[in-house]
Amino acid sequence: MPIIEAKNLTKVFGKNPKQAIELLNQGSSKEEILKKTGSTVGVNKASFSVEPGEIFVIMGLSGSGKSTLVRLINRLIEPTTGSILIDGQDLAKMDKKELRQVRREKLGMVFQRFALFPNRTVLQNAEYGLEIQKLPKEERAKKAREALELVGLGGYTDQKPDQLSGGMQQRVGLARALANDPEVLLMDEAFSALDPLIRKDMQDELIDLQSTMKKTIIFITHDLDEALRIGDRIALMKDGSIVQIGTPEEILMNPANDYVERFVEDVDRSKVLTANHIMKRPETINIEKHGPRVALERMKEAGISSILAVDSKRNLKGYVTAEDASEAKKKDIRDISEILLTDIKQVEKDTPMNEIFTIINGSSIPTAVVENDRLVGIIVRGAVIAALAGESEVDSEYA
Amino acid sequence: MLKDWFTNGIPIAEGTEWLTDQITEGFSFLFEPIKEHFGEFMEFTADKLMLVPPFIIIIIVALIAFFISGKKLGLAAFSIVGLWLIDNQGYWEHLINTFTLVLIASLLSVIIGVPIGILMSKSNTVEAIMKPILDFMQTMPAFVYLIPAVAFFGIGMVPGIFASLIFATPPTVRFTNLGIRQVSKELVEASEAFGSTGTQKLLKVELPMAKATIMAGINQTVMLALSMVVIASMIGAPGLGREVLSALQRAQVGTGFVAGIGIVILAIIIDRFTQSANSKE
Repeated sequence: MPIIEAKNLTKVFGKNPKQAIELLNQGSSKEEILKKTGSTVGVNKASFSVEPGEIFVIMGLSGSGKSTLVRLINRLIEPTTGSILIDGQDLAKMDKKELRQVRREKLGMVFQRFALFPNRTVLQNAEYGLEIQKLPKEERAKKAREALELVGLGGYTDQKPDQLSGGMQQRVGLARALANDPEVLLMDEAFSALDPLIRKDMQDELIDLQSTMKKTIIFITHDLDEALRIGDRIALMKDGSIVQIGTPEEILMNPANDYVERFVEDVDRSKVLTANHIMKRPETINIEKHGPRVALERMKEAGISSILAVDSKRNLKGYVTAEDASEAKKKDIRDISEILLTDIKQVEKDTPMNEIFTIINGSSIPTAVVENDRLVGIIVRGAVIAALAGESEVDSEYA
Repeated sequence: MLKDWFTNGIPIAEGTEWLTDQITEGFSFLFEPIKEHFGEFMEFTADKLMLVPPFIIIIIVALIAFFISGKKLGLAAFSIVGLWLIDNQGYWEHLINTFTLVLIASLLSVIIGVPIGILMSKSNTVEAIMKPILDFMQTMPAFVYLIPAVAFFGIGMVPGIFASLIFATPPTVRFTNLGIRQVSKELVEASEAFGSTGTQKLLKVELPMAKATIMAGINQTVMLALSMVVIASMIGAPGLGREVLSALQRAQVGTGFVAGIGIVILAIIIDRFTQSANSKE
């Protein structure tokens, strides 16, 4: 069951939301509605569901409604219509007390500009969520310390936030959210205010944290690279509507429309795509069963000039060229191991393309893709180039 | 009646008088005990302060000045010399009376002003209603408040406090409203996102963040209350103001100047005290 489910979530800012909703239902655009009613459509019928333990990225440019959307999830902004279910309960229908309870127990939030309380120490900041739940002093200090340890700030408990660097301040923000032990973390452009290098560290740490703590994370960003890097799934927003939801690969390889396509055009695919995306099924011979004759036949069938050799467990042993095989056939050599070459290049299944590129460059024979020493695929140079060029057929043609 | 209004003018003055009379009579059950007990309380406070020998008060003030100014000698030295000078000129009793008046008027202003300011910051409607009222309170010449004050409370310290309250409360209200509205939106969101109740949000985030602004307002209020002491002496409030007034009536430049200096010294000390209570954070 999804932990969070949004159904037709809509937010209209302005004095006459009803009229704007009617126009929306008739299919009017954001601009038309603004002109006719003076109301601004913040979020337009957003529907999505987030599974437990997932990093769900909501991505869009400024003004796309992503920050509004995340605030609809914890009702910092009241939805105009639609529902938002958390563990099956509709947040939009809750009274203030129930809403507070959900915010305290299930939802943590991390803010773009940290939003730390400057008059409180780091520890007191991390304690805030527990303090307002009126936990005993020792207990909340203990939990807050644990959360600070987790983000690597164990030694800074008595400092004031303004004594820390931006990256450290955001760690405090993260610790404050984690101290409550919420099921869902809402992160609103949490790393956007940080330097690129620190941002990358924080992204890595977030992925690490998530893999150990198994939190559900809803992450807002305007940075596509960030979205592709940390997202299990990405929702792309434009003008308040979600235009596509999918895994990073799906978004890159099968853009839903021109907008998404233009958006992902400039992405450095080589960092996102791995060997897995571009390898194809390899032609092989089994060195325990086959001789040069079989090797030569298979190469002729497939129209290739070399063939990979594996054992019965599909462990990669080497390769055989057509030239050597026909020579061996003439000399009537039966044992394939005599002509087996072993200087083959290998990459792992999850090696990113930018690394494959240097490996494959200058090599005349295809590169083998292995997983735990077992051969799973083969990469030919054409596939690399096609994928870098952004051809969406790469998947069907080579995989 | 309408025609009458156009020819003879709308009877605003008569109306106000009628209203004041009604209030004076209708609320006398409230005003009488206030006049009596509050007046007693103020005299009691002033009397107790006067029992303390001047040099002890001077030392205490100097010590506080020394510590709140970050262990610098300037303010402490000024307090010693200034207060000693007032005592030397024979105005100690008047000083204590003035101080009591300012202290109690300021305390009441804060007690009344801060909650109103909070209400204003929470509701745009309340803000829209309060703003013109505050403008009215501040721009109406302060002397005008003396008239109903006398009607309600007779003469003495109590009507002086009443007039000071009306004149001095607006800055506290305005600055409290401003301070809370200026708290960063993200901080308020953070507080709400973690499930704070309205009271928790106010006490743990908004008021601490707005503290500096609110304190600036309170400083203004105290200064305005002090500036009312001369005016309030016209309806019999005791203190340095009364000396200034009587010097004015008898055209005694010297006496007027000395009493005026006393007010200036008190003003500087109070101002620095309230300001440094603010800048410490």
